[in-house]
Amino acid sequence: MSSTHPDDLRYSKEHEWVRVDGAQATIGITSFAADELGDIVFVELPEPGTRISQFGAFGVIESVKAVSDLYAPVSGEVTELNEALRDRPELVNSDPYGEGWIARVSLAEESGLDGLMDADAYRESTAG
Amino acid sequence: MTVGELRRTPLHDQHEALGARMVPFAGWAMPVQYGGIVDEHRTVRSAVGLFDLSHMGEILVAGPEALAFTRYAVASDPGTLEPGQAQYSMLCAEDGGIIDDLIVYRTDEGYLVVCNAANRDAVVAHLEALRGRGDFDTRLEDRSDRTALLAPQGPNAAALLADLTDLDLGALGYYRSLRGEVAGIECLVARTGYTGEDGFELFCDARRAPALWDALMAAGERHGLKPAGLGARDTLRLEAGMPLYGNELTREVNPYEANLGRVVKLEKGEFVGRAALASVQQTGPQRKLVGLVMRDNAVARGGYPIRIDGEEAGVVTSGTASPTLGEKIAMAYVPVAAAAPGADVEVIVRERPYRAEQVKLPFYKRPRPEAG
Repeated sequence: MSSTHPDDLRYSKEHEWVRVDGAQATIGITSFAADELGDIVFVELPEPGTRISQFGAFGVIESVKAVSDLYAPVSGEVTELNEALRDRPELVNSDPYGEGWIARVSLAEESGLDGLMDADAYRESTAG
Repeated sequence: MTVGELRRTPLHDQHEALGARMVPFAGWAMPVQYGGIVDEHRTVRSAVGLFDLSHMGEILVAGPEALAFTRYAVASDPGTLEPGQAQYSMLCAEDGGIIDDLIVYRTDEGYLVVCNAANRDAVVAHLEALRGRGDFDTRLEDRSDRTALLAPQGPNAAALLADLTDLDLGALGYYRSLRGEVAGIECLVARTGYTGEDGFELFCDARRAPALWDALMAAGERHGLKPAGLGARDTLRLEAGMPLYGNELTREVNPYEANLGRVVKLEKGEFVGRAALASVQQTGPQRKLVGLVMRDNAVARGGYPIRIDGEEAGVVTSGTASPTLGEKIAMAYVPVAAAAPGADVEVIVRERPYRAEQVKLPFYKRPRPEAG
């Protein structure tokens, strides 16, 4: 079920990805993380308007057997949540970089984006 | 314990070859999933899944006083068992607390006690101590290491087995067992399981287990068979309202609290825990195991507190997202006065309250053919 990690994204050590679109970003978890967690059954996120801090825990993602924290890959303000995950959390497993996106964020000035890995670095970090 | 120190079942190589995710369980390396828990769960409900349960304990009670001893040790009455018949039972301590839940089979060799992997040592020690103290003319054989246990479970399980055996499966009723060959391998074939579906548990010599697994997997292809791990085993039994030792059942729980009063046969005569259990039965238990369906969106999990009328009063014992029902379900202990299907409670999840409705167990009952 793994998809290869897209080249146009940035990645955090905690296996989140960021797709930048000007001053906005879309975030999610990588296929590596989704495979590790197994079948996702629930995602808990803060309401739009919430400020999130890079590397801070900002939500929870639950698989059948386990509860895991979600860590913000960037600093900013939550602007939109993926409502599809309410009824279909399994989208995170089947399409982690597409339909399984988790939240949209308006980037803070000091978003911390530069501290993230590019695709090659992330691939290397998860190899072996 | 590192992965290297874990015990392996005879089917370890099979699991690795299938790409199973292996996890430590009761000191064993066991497959939690192969392709995915939800997919394996759905396969058991709609076709057939194959479980490796070889980590479980099998203890034979044999000798002239085998029945008397077994009747004394367990809470149920094995004296009612016909040849080949099995019953769900429990070992209780003197105070009525549950040491393990288990299945007792009446076989041609005596009484076979099948217990949880995590409790095997405790069960053997307890039975040995009882045997010695009571001076029963019986011998106990711990056959766990020599015995493998494979369980095909699901609506297609009987059709699958029929491809591999001449045994008359139509005549093998629920909680009955027969000795015979499956794929040419000598087995005790039991119509028992922990999924809420039709299914079988096949006990065979550990050395023949790989061949039996391979034969079931090969024949299973045309029946939609997939291997299924402990993750699916847990979600299946939870939907079926079945308790898990370590969650719903512990040394601090008596059978009446866990809705297992029907298993206790006080009238059979003296057995370990009888006085304490009779007393609970008289006065009634203080708390009761209930089913919960979350009405606010959250997953309830074992250990989460329950709040009733603003007061903390109970605890969740198991919970998950039910693949079959599409709802978040759980089992919990609540004070007996508060136990009522239809009544709401609150489950505290990460310090916030979420509403749940009490429901009668089981959550899921398999569809039965209409009576003739």
